[in-house]
Amino acid sequence: MGSEHEPAHGAGAPPSHRSETTLRVNGKPHTLAVDHRRVLLDLLREDLDLTGAKKGCDHGQCGACTVLVDGRRINSCLLLAVAADGCDVTTVEGLSGDGEEPHPLQRAFLERDAFQCGYCTPGQICSAVGAIAEAEAGHPSHVTDVRAVPGPVPLGREEIRERLSGNLCRCGAYPRIVDAVEDVIR
Amino acid sequence: MKPFAYVRAGSLAEAADAYASHPGARYLGGGTNLVDLMKLGVEEPTALIDVTRLPMDGVTELPDGSLRVGALVRNSDLAAHPRVRERCPALSQALLAGASGQLRNAATTGGNLLQRTRCPYFQDVSKPCNKREPGSGCGALAGVHRDHAVLGHSEHCVATHPSDMAVALAALDAQVELYGLAGVRRVPAAEFHRLPGDHPERDTVVEPGELVTAVLLPAATAGMPSAYRKARDRASYAFALASVAAVLKVSDGVVAHAGIAFGGLAHRPWRARRAEEALLGVAPTESAFERAVDIELEQARPLRDNAYKVPLARGLAVDVLGRLARDGEEA
Repeated sequence: MGSEHEPAHGAGAPPSHRSETTLRVNGKPHTLAVDHRRVLLDLLREDLDLTGAKKGCDHGQCGACTVLVDGRRINSCLLLAVAADGCDVTTVEGLSGDGEEPHPLQRAFLERDAFQCGYCTPGQICSAVGAIAEAEAGHPSHVTDVRAVPGPVPLGREEIRERLSGNLCRCGAYPRIVDAVEDVIR
Repeated sequence: MKPFAYVRAGSLAEAADAYASHPGARYLGGGTNLVDLMKLGVEEPTALIDVTRLPMDGVTELPDGSLRVGALVRNSDLAAHPRVRERCPALSQALLAGASGQLRNAATTGGNLLQRTRCPYFQDVSKPCNKREPGSGCGALAGVHRDHAVLGHSEHCVATHPSDMAVALAALDAQVELYGLAGVRRVPAAEFHRLPGDHPERDTVVEPGELVTAVLLPAATAGMPSAYRKARDRASYAFALASVAAVLKVSDGVVAHAGIAFGGLAHRPWRARRAEEALLGVAPTESAFERAVDIELEQARPLRDNAYKVPLARGLAVDVLGRLARDGEEA
């Protein structure tokens, strides 16, 4: 039942249950014969050795696996890799571009000490990158007045908390996570 | 998870053909519920027919003034759409009250309607569940059922439908467009989901192989004051214990139109027709709202541990109707 028991790449799965799939991950194209059962999270971690995205609940409830697909944040544990064929994926490893300077959110998380064990942090950061872009694009949240004239939504603490509610932190670093996100949007 | 074939459909006809030629197939949209159920062993499709590349991701205004929402429009995009926010704020509010930012970016309009109950007995293959395995019994009836139905349930199933969006669609008199090899048909959103009766394994009126292609938001309720309110165990990212969507139009001091639907109370969004009838032509006062909602909720048959839902739903509905009446006065 758990995907951790499944063979890598789909070795063992008959050809009818595998498909050639091309993904651009952090700017680099990869073509693999993917077992249809493989979710994007497992492909990233097991096949491409990108272990930044974490497996927490594996059911879309904790957000530790959050990555950006075509610029939008999603739960990579619920996206079948074969269905993402042709997509552009950005993981926490790819946020800083050339990798020389950390992304402003990565720096803010360090400066604000916005984590304890760090397990949820890559998901929190990818989620925050997506959430900031959504607010700039005028996407409302549960705490936005949807009847107001559409436009970029200013992110106060209440908005940040609501927009990041899909990312759990069992250490309870929430106040500092909100601080870090506030630092970046200011 | 069992191995399965994967077919990427290039057209509606191709999707329907692939469904017909793969017994045990399922259509794949955003996958946020289906893939989860496959991990749990609740769903074991022989093939997934990926329909996400079909051109059904637009929101267009039709000549009759209705708004046609393609089945592949993502929940976050639908909630943010300027025309949706302007015409039916209840729909935006309902979408934004559901799931998380990540899930709303992936989940589609069609898939949201077709999502399955979150009843823990349904999701646990070691437990009896008539919805998952007809004839095996209902574990929730005498088990853990605090989150379950108080209206329209049967001895075979006490599950609730988890969608927030569908509750707003029911109140707004939306329609669901279905495509099948036999043709295209439209079903009122309020009648899209079924009550469990003797066949809780059937959530909706969708026939095998039919595909949701669009949701139509009618011109008639566009621009009327509408709102959605949801009560849950935590402030965000939780399913409804009870919720209400309401559309209210007041003319010359009396209610000219009322559309009310409850979420979290039944196997489908519960359109409160009795309450609506009681309100028509009546002055929109708090006591009128209380009386109307009580007429509706008289039918409630709570289970051992969920009687709290009745006063909770009553409070939500009276509050939302009161606010809409005040908004209408100001407008």
